[in-house]
Amino acid sequence: MQQNCYHCGTSCDNSIQVEDKFFCCAGCKMVFQLLDDNGMCNYYDLSEMPGMSSKGIFTSEKYNYLDSIAVQEQLIQFKLADQAHVVFYLPQIHCVSCVWLLENLHKINPGIIHAQTHFERKEIKIVYNPSKISLKELVQLLAFVGYEPMIHLWGNDWLKKKKVNKKQLFKIGVAGFCFSNIMMLSFPDYLSTSVGDLGSLRPFFVYLNLLLSIPVLLFSASGFFISAYTGLRQKWLNIDAPIALAILVTFGRSVYEIFTHTGSGYLDSMSGIVFFMLVGRWFQDKSYDSFSFDRDYTSFFPLGVTVLKEGKEINKPLSEIEKGAILLIRNNEMITADAILLTDGALIDYSFVTGENAPIEVVKGAKVFAGGIQKGPAIEVEVLKPVGQSYITELWNSPLLNAEKNVDKSFVHPWSQYFTYVLFSIAIGSGLYWWWVNPSNIMTAITSVLIVACPCSLLLTVTFTYGNVLRHLGKYKMYCKNSSVLEAIEKIDTIVFDKTGTLTNHEDTHLVYEGNLLPKLIASIIYSVTRASLHPLSQLITNYYSTQGLDMIKVENIQNITGKGTLANCEGKSIVIGSASLLMDHGIKVIDPSAGVFIAIDKVYMGMFKINHVYRTGIHEMIKRLKINGYQIHLLSGDHPTEKNNLVHIMGADTPMLFEQNPNDKLHYIQYLQSKGHKVMMVGDGLNDAGALKKCDVGIAVTDQTHLFTPASDAILEGGMIPSLDHLLKYAKKGKTIIIILFILSILYNLVGMYFATRAQLSPMVAAILMPISSISIVSLSALLSYIFSNRVGLKN
Amino acid sequence: MSVFIILIIISVLVAGGFLIAFLWSVQTGQMDDDYTPSVRMLFDDELKKSIKK
Repeated sequence: MQQNCYHCGTSCDNSIQVEDKFFCCAGCKMVFQLLDDNGMCNYYDLSEMPGMSSKGIFTSEKYNYLDSIAVQEQLIQFKLADQAHVVFYLPQIHCVSCVWLLENLHKINPGIIHAQTHFERKEIKIVYNPSKISLKELVQLLAFVGYEPMIHLWGNDWLKKKKVNKKQLFKIGVAGFCFSNIMMLSFPDYLSTSVGDLGSLRPFFVYLNLLLSIPVLLFSASGFFISAYTGLRQKWLNIDAPIALAILVTFGRSVYEIFTHTGSGYLDSMSGIVFFMLVGRWFQDKSYDSFSFDRDYTSFFPLGVTVLKEGKEINKPLSEIEKGAILLIRNNEMITADAILLTDGALIDYSFVTGENAPIEVVKGAKVFAGGIQKGPAIEVEVLKPVGQSYITELWNSPLLNAEKNVDKSFVHPWSQYFTYVLFSIAIGSGLYWWWVNPSNIMTAITSVLIVACPCSLLLTVTFTYGNVLRHLGKYKMYCKNSSVLEAIEKIDTIVFDKTGTLTNHEDTHLVYEGNLLPKLIASIIYSVTRASLHPLSQLITNYYSTQGLDMIKVENIQNITGKGTLANCEGKSIVIGSASLLMDHGIKVIDPSAGVFIAIDKVYMGMFKINHVYRTGIHEMIKRLKINGYQIHLLSGDHPTEKNNLVHIMGADTPMLFEQNPNDKLHYIQYLQSKGHKVMMVGDGLNDAGALKKCDVGIAVTDQTHLFTPASDAILEGGMIPSLDHLLKYAKKGKTIIIILFILSILYNLVGMYFATRAQLSPMVAAILMPISSISIVSLSALLSYIFSNRVGLKN
Repeated sequence: MSVFIILIIISVLVAGGFLIAFLWSVQTGQMDDDYTPSVRMLFDDELKKSIKK
């Protein structure tokens, strides 16, 4: 009967059972029992089937490197004799139950004093007693309950990031405080003509205002001055330059008016502008904390490896591996350097590097490459090159990648330049006019123009609109690195797709059987044989048959030949299941010996299982729509061209398709397209696309589980949303439309202000009304328009 | 009218108190995580009951 695992929700049969609960594997059952023993079953009450499926055998040796003091020193933030603080990144955190379990770890092991999770950043801060539980045991416990930490020796980079955010909040807080108080103190002034003078109190109000505006000018607005100054030093007028000028002019004129007792200045408008613009920047910059967009190969590699020396296993950090060292690679561990294989039984999955689907059998003495993952028993390899010089890592040192991505300056900047020129001409024009009519008004008119026409509404438009668009895209599972990605998407005319993992689904492989029809008895035999094996391919075959209601048959003489297959006897028949070479070793003729699992009964070849990845649904329509929208589509695959016919059907016959592309080929292809003047977007996953993703104008990394590692990219897209890629791109491009609409609106506001300013009649009251009205209407319109557009481009699913 | 001066000084001081409270909350990291606390506060009591039964 079909059941769902009580722990992780994977569908399973009822062979593993505790009380009335079923489990898919021994791992899930063990986690359940651990939680049950500690009275922590609340974990299962908070969300249904919250657990992580813990398939495979948990190897505790993997974390041996955590015993090294040097590693500990880098990871532990703070240490006393009986207390140590450590922060881990746990990408598996996904629900309320996770938070609950992790924060109650002290019930399982009293050595843990306190644990605090940060849900959005997927981090946990653990305070533990190092005399009761070692760092290694702590990590093992986390991994056991399903939250294996991603350990990286980041140094203190992430701490710095936090501090920057804090300073931004400080600035907003100070500006908000000063702005609201200045506004309140200026209020009597707005009404002074009708209600009567404040008389002797006036200087007190005015000087208090001045005092309050100083922190805004010196602290809150400092970012604008610094940015404008660095821009000017590079002989480039950025958007912050006119803003900095407006702030300075407003402050200067206000000080002049206050000390000459000719007025009370525009300090309220000035602090208001600064406050709103800071909020806008903060809104735009709110990033996706749990994602990292700048990973290099080291993020993919384990931190430590097991080195064999004189028969002993020693754990060493990755960086200390030298040529000639002998590494022990266990099941599901990654080969960290190009090496020579010393033992038998290597079955290496290079899907990470090449995109090739099936694991490759490697014979003793052959070369294995960094990035491959061993599937099967532990193997020993002798390192040929240090980690940094391996084939895959050399990609990162390629001079093609070291060049800065040609980030075009935002389209907003030229606008702000025109804006500045127009602004200056109007200021000078009105100055000339007053020089002719009434010279006493010259300075008033010029400064009023500069005050009123501050491009702050332009900046507000841009920051809030991009912030809104980024948020809406995030809702649809596309997470952009920052707002300049949106502007880069705008210019894209060519989209290059990767096949494996991008157009196909990594998780969803299915087997296709080719060959003679197998009678039910034979199928039962194969099912029984593969069930007994832990090999990933056997497990696929088991899954293939598990839904067909086959009986288990007693199998005799099971003989596993590592890395090749299985021999067995059953019901008087001899069965060979395994690679083509295994069958040929037994003198069986194989038709079309390629990758796959071959079956022979009584020395007669029956057929083979091929692994096919399933194409995501809706790809064909999406490609079609992209082509209608004028994009050129290309396909780069690391895989063999066997799928070509299928792909022609999906991608259309006019799509250039290249197969057997290694990471370097992909990178060069992107460069070739760029050299022809195309703006290229690469959609891919895995390390094999990493170079291309980095080189192209917009790199989109596809992942089926956002907690898995993705290569360095500009945006991360959840695999399920690929069929909506065209809608997402369309929406990302709408940002510019919204900005243009709002910019026209802000120019209208400016014209009204100009009308008063050029006539030298800008009263503080007009400025104080105009400023918040324009800011608030722009902010709310920006939110409204981005919402409306997100519905209109067909993103609603 | 001069009572205004005292009132305004008081009002600015009160507002300043809130500003300091805000800066303090940022500094001590209370703004770092705006989601988990909302989940966490729902746990404790309910949990102990469910263990007992």
